[in-house]
Amino acid sequence: MTSSNDSDPRDNAWAKPVDHLSTKDMPVGALNLNVDGRGLTGPLQGFGQLWQKTYKVRLPGVQVSPAEVVTMWKAKLPEFMPDDSRFYPSFAGVAPGEILLIDATLPGPGGGITVATGVMILYADDESFTVMTPDGHPESGFNTFSSYEEDDVTIAQIQSLARANDPVYEIGFRFMGGSKQQEAIWHHVLTQLATNYGISGEVETSKKCVDSKIQWSQAKNVWHNAVIRTTLNAPVRAGRRLFGR
Amino acid sequence: MPTANVTMNVRKANEQASVIEIHGEVTAFAEDALMEAYTKASDGKTKAVIIDFSDLQYMNSSGIGLLVTLLIRANRQKQQLIVTGLNDHYRQIFQLTRLDEAIGIYDNEATALAAVG
Repeated sequence: MTSSNDSDPRDNAWAKPVDHLSTKDMPVGALNLNVDGRGLTGPLQGFGQLWQKTYKVRLPGVQVSPAEVVTMWKAKLPEFMPDDSRFYPSFAGVAPGEILLIDATLPGPGGGITVATGVMILYADDESFTVMTPDGHPESGFNTFSSYEEDDVTIAQIQSLARANDPVYEIGFRFMGGSKQQEAIWHHVLTQLATNYGISGEVETSKKCVDSKIQWSQAKNVWHNAVIRTTLNAPVRAGRRLFGR
Repeated sequence: MPTANVTMNVRKANEQASVIEIHGEVTAFAEDALMEAYTKASDGKTKAVIIDFSDLQYMNSSGIGLLVTLLIRANRQKQQLIVTGLNDHYRQIFQLTRLDEAIGIYDNEATALAAVG
């Protein structure tokens, strides 16, 4: 190895290796299901087509650096999320290795389908942070929240590189409004971020199918499907509410 | 868009394998350079593309995303994507992101070429 491969302080922006996620020391409020004990899944492990989706909002006239945008974004991330996708950071907040729990409502009958899941902060530096999904999450992959300057304008961006985790989710994304909902969520987040700076920004979206092939060998991921498991857990939660536990 | 802080040299290792030497940082801004390097490395006979990370200064999560995209392109061409020269930290990152399940990791070019055959 050459000397240029020596340790870089930026190496601390990465999460430490982990075999299974732990949700100890999480704030109350989230359902906290389908994350503890799970492994991580990346863009190579999911079932469905691999999509790269990029959402950007420009902040013209706002004197703010990319680092300032991301600092604010890390602090206010839950506030920017819509009601159908609530984020619950750990007490340490958005930092490498930390967990964000998610309670979401997916398109479906009777007002939608509840899913409890989460993500791990894979990487976090001054100008970006990336989350990685666990087993059972609707997606298998990465989502990066970042800010940069272009032509003297600060831009906030969300970019996902992910597949549907299993066949049930692939059907949901393709045929039951899942993709549209996902896009609406990130539009909402960037709109709220722009509003935070007093701007009614227009969100630009671009999508690219990086791999159109279905990974049939990953159909077994449905075993961990967080929607199914959250639904099966519903009687347990109802019982706890009934008996005050 | 900020400029990439990276240069990439491409050379043939043998008739079936090419090497992309990375010098600098692999972040989102390295996309054009990396894809151009892959195009140069990949002719009709290339069966394996080796990315040499010995002189990597830094890679962030967007850089890992670029490698995923590159892997898909290589697989489409029925090519293996292999990496060499990773330090312990980046070997761990490849494990954490599960890229090691699809990209061969070797200490150096000689062992990589021997494995490709």
